[in-house]
Amino acid sequence: MKPRQRQLLWIAAAVIVALIWGFYSADGPQTTAVLAGTVRAATLLALGAMCGMIGERSGIVNIGIEGQFLMSAFFAFTVTSMTGSLFMGTIAGVATGLTMGWLLAAMAVGLKVDQIIAGTVLNIAALGLTSFFYDRSRSLGVTKYTNIDLGPLADIPLVGTVFFSRPPITYLTMALLVVVHIALFRSVWGMRTRAIGEHPGAADTVGIDVLRLRYLNVTLAGGFAGLGGSYLALEAVGTFSRAMSGGRGFLALAVMIFGRRTPFGAYAAALVFGFTTALQNQFQLKNTFDIPPQFVGMLPFVVTIVVVALSGLVGSMRDPAALGQTYEKG
Amino acid sequence: MTELLLAARNVTKRFPGVLANDDVSVELRPGRILALLGENGAGKSTLVNVLFGMYRPDGGEIVIKDEIVDLRGPDDAISRGIGMVHQHFQLVPPMSVVENIVLGAEPTKLGLVDLDEARVRVVELSERYGLEVDPDALVEDLPVGMQQRVEILKALYRNADVLILDEPTGVLTPQEADHLLRVLRGLTESGVGIVFITHKLREVLAIADDIVVLRAGRVVGATTPTQATETGLAEMMVGRSVALRVEKTVAQPGDVVLQVKDLKVDDDRGQLAVDGVNLQVRSGEILGVAGVEGNGQRELVEAITGLRHTSAGEITINGESLANSSTRQVAQTGVGHIPEDREKHGIVAVYSLAENSVLNRYYRQPFSNRGIMRREVIHEHAEAVVDEFDVRTPNVTVSVSSLSGGNKQKLIVGREFSEDIELLVAAQPTRGIDIGAIEFIHRRIVEQRDRGAAVLLVSAELDEILSLADRIAVLYDGKLMGVLKASLANRESVGLLMAGITG
Repeated sequence: MKPRQRQLLWIAAAVIVALIWGFYSADGPQTTAVLAGTVRAATLLALGAMCGMIGERSGIVNIGIEGQFLMSAFFAFTVTSMTGSLFMGTIAGVATGLTMGWLLAAMAVGLKVDQIIAGTVLNIAALGLTSFFYDRSRSLGVTKYTNIDLGPLADIPLVGTVFFSRPPITYLTMALLVVVHIALFRSVWGMRTRAIGEHPGAADTVGIDVLRLRYLNVTLAGGFAGLGGSYLALEAVGTFSRAMSGGRGFLALAVMIFGRRTPFGAYAAALVFGFTTALQNQFQLKNTFDIPPQFVGMLPFVVTIVVVALSGLVGSMRDPAALGQTYEKG
Repeated sequence: MTELLLAARNVTKRFPGVLANDDVSVELRPGRILALLGENGAGKSTLVNVLFGMYRPDGGEIVIKDEIVDLRGPDDAISRGIGMVHQHFQLVPPMSVVENIVLGAEPTKLGLVDLDEARVRVVELSERYGLEVDPDALVEDLPVGMQQRVEILKALYRNADVLILDEPTGVLTPQEADHLLRVLRGLTESGVGIVFITHKLREVLAIADDIVVLRAGRVVGATTPTQATETGLAEMMVGRSVALRVEKTVAQPGDVVLQVKDLKVDDDRGQLAVDGVNLQVRSGEILGVAGVEGNGQRELVEAITGLRHTSAGEITINGESLANSSTRQVAQTGVGHIPEDREKHGIVAVYSLAENSVLNRYYRQPFSNRGIMRREVIHEHAEAVVDEFDVRTPNVTVSVSSLSGGNKQKLIVGREFSEDIELLVAAQPTRGIDIGAIEFIHRRIVEQRDRGAAVLLVSAELDEILSLADRIAVLYDGKLMGVLKASLANRESVGLLMAGITG
């Protein structure tokens, strides 16, 4: 990152903190609610973005995150409802995500299907299958994941409620951001992953098995989307409903791009997008403006378009050079 | 010292329809430099790819250090001490020098890549072998000469005692090439054996201990620099006597045809690639543009031929201002273009030879009438081109993709020359084609000059510039370093300008 960009980021951060402080002084509960909602929405986007970035860093586009969310949410919900265990449901969600990831890898890496088409297959399959098998009479049967206070940290005003009094998958996501960051930029796996996304031929000549690593990464990445599905069904909502992922898998891709395919960047971007979702929820709840709810509901997506368009202007945001291309040896 | 480092014994490799290596045997001993000489398509690259484990041979055996081996892949070859510097560098541009060198063989500490340890080893290696390079620079910011050092260090880092270099000097200035040859000589002193692939005779004689010449997949001769001459080697490569120098008379320059004024052009990444270039080409002369590749030549040519927008300056052809015109407008003012990338800009591979022969004027009389193409006329024209330009093909209806590189190039030249052109822009006109076709195309370019065309010749092969051009312009970092009279220029003077050194 260039010094000028770094400077801009600090200024932006300072402005945001000042604004939050101002609003908090004016209306404490309202501000807390919006910010808590921001983190809630950001968790799902961050998980999706991590799924996307592991794939894209290895050279594989994953537009099937939406489908991975939905399918995982379905199985997380169903298994919990059958076993009565949130934990088993979460595991089922992650396993579903891994399976969906494996499916994408089998198509995009193994069979060299066009990656956009492979991702679309996941989306359509997930929507169709979950809608068909969804049983309206079924319910979760247990209470969804509840907030866990992190000791004295939870007592800090505003920050405590927003960050340190959250349900388990949210904490897990924050930990995963750190893990993925270290793995991507410091570990052998990360170095090789970035290499196969930029120049698979170079990786091949030093003995790295490009196709195998891509297969592994795309499958593994599915696990993150799977956790996202579990989060959606078992922590955020507490039930399953038709098409409940509601475009957030695509939003996660925007978050990933805006966050420059880095975990922390993506989380910052997820908070921005999460904020628009939270704000929109508050607007609808309080009926602040006399605007049809459909228009207010557009807010996150309008922001997506504006932000993605703007991000092109912000400067060099280069895709991995081999993104979207199948690799042929020799 | 008699230990055999690397050898191919009776290696045969077939590809569909081609016998790429036919019973080839070569040997490399410690401290020796083996030059593999041959034209494009002679089987040099296939042979080294077999030695490096990229291809499996269909017959014969590979010996590494007195042991017959069965290589399963490049990693197998690497672990046995074979290092390869590919013609197209195998580096990851956004990663640092150190990261590129250790990729695939990363030192670790607590499960993470230990870049500090790696850096220490890289610096030590680069000092020992005189391969200075900034270990923390990003590869994408390095000039090609430096990138090549990274490639060599990559092999040395893996303790290679055999180094295979595929056409390593193609991207270097003459001075850089000399430095490379010195580095290689230094490496042999520590017992490393080197396989050096090239088609440049001068280098072979300067560096090799042993020379093996390949033609059409077979070994046609083995010799040493003391016994060989340039003419002798050229004949061995081609299989008949060849003229190494182009016969031409003194140029008779006429009026200015192409005038370029203060031209500025951006490259694909939006960076300034041509930076205020001024030049003139007169009818009846060849202006050669020399320079290491990537110094703005491509952008200059594309701006002149209408393939790329300019950001400032003027381009006039016969007094007509043509900057930012379409390629068709440029062609219609009498400009012929032999493009650098023949597959991308020169031909449409899936079209027939006949269709390709009229790509620049299929829409005009007599080839089209009211929007309908006239098959017979086009075929007649194609047959005339095939005859006159010696394109080897069964007939004119075959798809162009079935032709060899040299024949594709002759077809392009034939197409561009079949109308009287006033300006010829020839970019790398003989890249990757056989010596026979090179001779032919060189002769035709000189003919165009003598007929009165102005010729702008861009080439990365300095020898080509020196033998064809009447005046030589040198580009470095997008700027014109100077224009020399060819009669006063030599490798050294042009080479210094190519490295950006003036005065």
